[in-house]
Amino acid sequence: MNSTTVKQLDPVQLNVILATDCGSTTTKAILIEKINGEYRQTFRGEAPTTVEEPAADVTVGVVNAVTEVGELAGRKLIDENGEIIRPAKGNTGCDIYISTSSAGGGLQMMVAGVVREMSAASAKRAALGAGAIVMDTICSNDKRLPHEQIQRIRELRPDMILLAGGTDGGTQKHVVELAELIAPAKPQPRFGGTYKMPIIYAGNQEATEFVEEAFDDDVKLSTVANVRPILERENLAPARDAIHDLFLEHVMAHAPGYNKLISWADAPIMPTPGAVGNILQTIAERQGINALGVDIGGATTDVFSVFDGTFNRTVSANLGLSYSISNVCASATLPMILRWVHLDMDPRELQNHIKNKMIRPTTIPQTREALVFEQAVAREALRLAYIQHKEFATTLKGVQQQRTVGDTFSQNTSGQSIVDNMKLNLLVGSGGVLSHAPNMNQTAAMMIDAFEPEGMTVLAKDSIFMMPHLGVLAQVHPQAALQVFERDCLIYLGTCIAPRGFYRSGKTCFKYHISGNSLNQSGEMLCGQMKRIPLGFEEWAKVIVEPKRGYDFGAGSGKRKEFKVRGGTVGLILDARGRPLMVPADENNYLAELTSWVQELDLFPENHSK
Amino acid sequence: MAKAYSPGLQISQRVLHSSRRILPIPGDVLVKVGETVSAQQIVAQTFMPGDVTPINVANQISVAPAEVPDCMLVSVGEEIQAGDLLARSKGIFGFFKAEMTAKTSGTIESISHVTGQVILRGDPLPIQVRAYQSGTIKEVIPQQGVVIESEVTFLQGILGIGGEAYGKIQFACQKEDEPLVDSQLNESMRGNIVIGGARMTGKAVKRGIEIGVAAIISGGMDDEDLKEILGYDLGVAVTGSEHIGTTLIITEGFGDIAMAARTFRLLKEREGAEAAVNGTTQIRAGVLRPEIVIPLDKNSQADAESHLKQENALGVLEVGVPVRIIRDPYFGLLGQVGDMPTELQTLESGSESRVLEVALDSGETVVVPRANVELIEG
Repeated sequence: MNSTTVKQLDPVQLNVILATDCGSTTTKAILIEKINGEYRQTFRGEAPTTVEEPAADVTVGVVNAVTEVGELAGRKLIDENGEIIRPAKGNTGCDIYISTSSAGGGLQMMVAGVVREMSAASAKRAALGAGAIVMDTICSNDKRLPHEQIQRIRELRPDMILLAGGTDGGTQKHVVELAELIAPAKPQPRFGGTYKMPIIYAGNQEATEFVEEAFDDDVKLSTVANVRPILERENLAPARDAIHDLFLEHVMAHAPGYNKLISWADAPIMPTPGAVGNILQTIAERQGINALGVDIGGATTDVFSVFDGTFNRTVSANLGLSYSISNVCASATLPMILRWVHLDMDPRELQNHIKNKMIRPTTIPQTREALVFEQAVAREALRLAYIQHKEFATTLKGVQQQRTVGDTFSQNTSGQSIVDNMKLNLLVGSGGVLSHAPNMNQTAAMMIDAFEPEGMTVLAKDSIFMMPHLGVLAQVHPQAALQVFERDCLIYLGTCIAPRGFYRSGKTCFKYHISGNSLNQSGEMLCGQMKRIPLGFEEWAKVIVEPKRGYDFGAGSGKRKEFKVRGGTVGLILDARGRPLMVPADENNYLAELTSWVQELDLFPENHSK
Repeated sequence: MAKAYSPGLQISQRVLHSSRRILPIPGDVLVKVGETVSAQQIVAQTFMPGDVTPINVANQISVAPAEVPDCMLVSVGEEIQAGDLLARSKGIFGFFKAEMTAKTSGTIESISHVTGQVILRGDPLPIQVRAYQSGTIKEVIPQQGVVIESEVTFLQGILGIGGEAYGKIQFACQKEDEPLVDSQLNESMRGNIVIGGARMTGKAVKRGIEIGVAAIISGGMDDEDLKEILGYDLGVAVTGSEHIGTTLIITEGFGDIAMAARTFRLLKEREGAEAAVNGTTQIRAGVLRPEIVIPLDKNSQADAESHLKQENALGVLEVGVPVRIIRDPYFGLLGQVGDMPTELQTLESGSESRVLEVALDSGETVVVPRANVELIEG
């Protein structure tokens, strides 16, 4: 079966689900089984991805990873012909097999739009939402001359191009101009010289004919509905669907072994980040919450958010902890990184150390100093990626607003970020430095320092980076995906409570009273203080906070607020350092405060307990 | 599992090495299978479609885009020279006609009645591929390029700056732990590949560029010096397209670090030989390291045993194999793999990891994570 569409399956009949994620370096397989009426993730296995020589067939890695899962589960999943056995019978086979893929560098796209802040931004959102890496955005106002734009298109070798521009019925000239720039540049696809470059046109529908005229037979042009039919509305779904279809039909079909993998899968194979976005959207929608997910890797950092039902994803290329560590340091600057380091370190040695990590990216910190420094870099990588995300996830720009007398003193314009830390309910971290930190207090501290959550925010980490698998599963069986997400995917770290308001040295920030089954305590937090209160997994407590004037927990400046908080492996963290997080100017004072945070959160205990 | 894969840098005294030399777009291959080629010989060439210049004719002669095709004095496919008349407006009652001339030469590729834009394509750009490695043509890939094979001394570095360069191997340092400073470079090194020892200083690199050396190879360098030479901070290790006036290769890493004794010795053995180097580095999926290729002369005998030894050792981390530690606190130290316990061990950082013992050349034994060593291959 060539599965570009979901196979018709009866969810009730699905008892054994096999899912794989073919990453750039590792193929991860998980088994999900229905136990006592509930879906649980039971076993996992992994094997090196095999898209490159000598195997040059992605299914070899899939079979290896699945075989490992099968051995651990005592279930025969692969038959004598090396194929996945379906359906499940006793201890043999599975009912459904699904997969995601980011092997071979994932899906790399170039987008083009008329105005950077409008149609180009919508096109970029569509591409990122589909799980692509956007290599460049060409637009009429990107300050490059036409010949420079053409040169850039010639240099890039994207997997496909998305072209947008103009509202339906609006001006046609500019979008046709863009098509006339792309056509003579004759962009070459990244994989293989034998297939035609796919170009998706999602702009002014009345200009379709002229856009078609601009391109010759060297490209495969598909037209879908406009991503911005009117200024006030985005319509990203048709472009995203077209990207997914072309990803399967063109890009993946040319990667080694993917034709076989596509025929094995019972649902369309999704790009890994697209699948992660899918599960986060499903969760936010089902639970009615605002959620933020981050995946920090060696080369890039992906940030996903769902605020008030609007999904956004950004990929910060070149913000990562191994291949891109040097870029993080260049972007953030060394003093900004060192503000998270409580130990004495030599800057020259650190600079050489950063470069050595860049050229030998697979090494791991052996000493405590190396770990402290790496986690400091991680905080800055996450912070920068989040800034980029906030700048990208905005309300639509160019929308006319009706203003009343009441808005006289309001400075709000269109294009404001929709990411609001005060509204954030759930923050999920994944990626090596967060998932494999020696203790989870470190994971929580990195996330709080980088994202600066306000009000009440639940912190969690993705236990074994299972979100991609669950993202595809959500397409086929949302209920199973949700059950596994809640029970096995997330490890709840606890809850962070922090007010918005500036740091004022020596002043009281807020008073608190905590009550619960195992807790009953009150106290006062001074500005700059942090406090960790153990509150176990699946434990809940009531927290009443009374902020001083100038501090806000979401009810207004100085207003009392009550929260029902969730425990976890770390517990409850009270953070009175102020928002935005400011560093005291006096270095000695700052070091003393930083050391007190490290001690209070027990970040680097002597006994290295997990 | 007693074995783990931990690829390192290849350092071979003698190896049958092949280079794949491919054009970026289809073209002509100029050599045949079995032919002997020299390093700088051109083996394949092609022409890329010329640069494109868009000209907004409608704006320049003040007509509506739809009128542009009728105002054009040249048609699609026609060749024009700079200064040629391109278009003329109809004017008002035959008067006040506006004209425009071409600023560059090229061929008219398209005339748009929607945007009023004319696309001018410049002369084709020649692309040539050199042999890089002197040897015999083993395979011709029609319209794409060739595979060249020969016996060479082959060494990989850890990071390079700049692309391909050719020259004679000449030593500036006499010991592998001697830093390369500016006073060690002189005019006799022009056009040669200069070998240092430990860290190459920023001043030494500048002196090398002044003299016009083909390349500088040494154990390490300081990040600060690299930043100054490049004029920017290298964010990701994807290099090869820099034009700093020479090619740089560091063999070990950043900081005060001596070149591995074996690498230094091997280069010393080949002092005076013609070599090709390539600083191109790509540390992403599909790693590409900088390399030094020194063809062996035809009279020397093949050492079949050394090939065999190298193939056996390639890529497998096991007891007794030579390794280099690639992370602090023992960064740069060399030794042999001792015990390889299978259980996870807690490191000083608190992380749990699979480790191994390394018997250092100094006689001391240290324990490091397996991820923090690389094989010395070849």
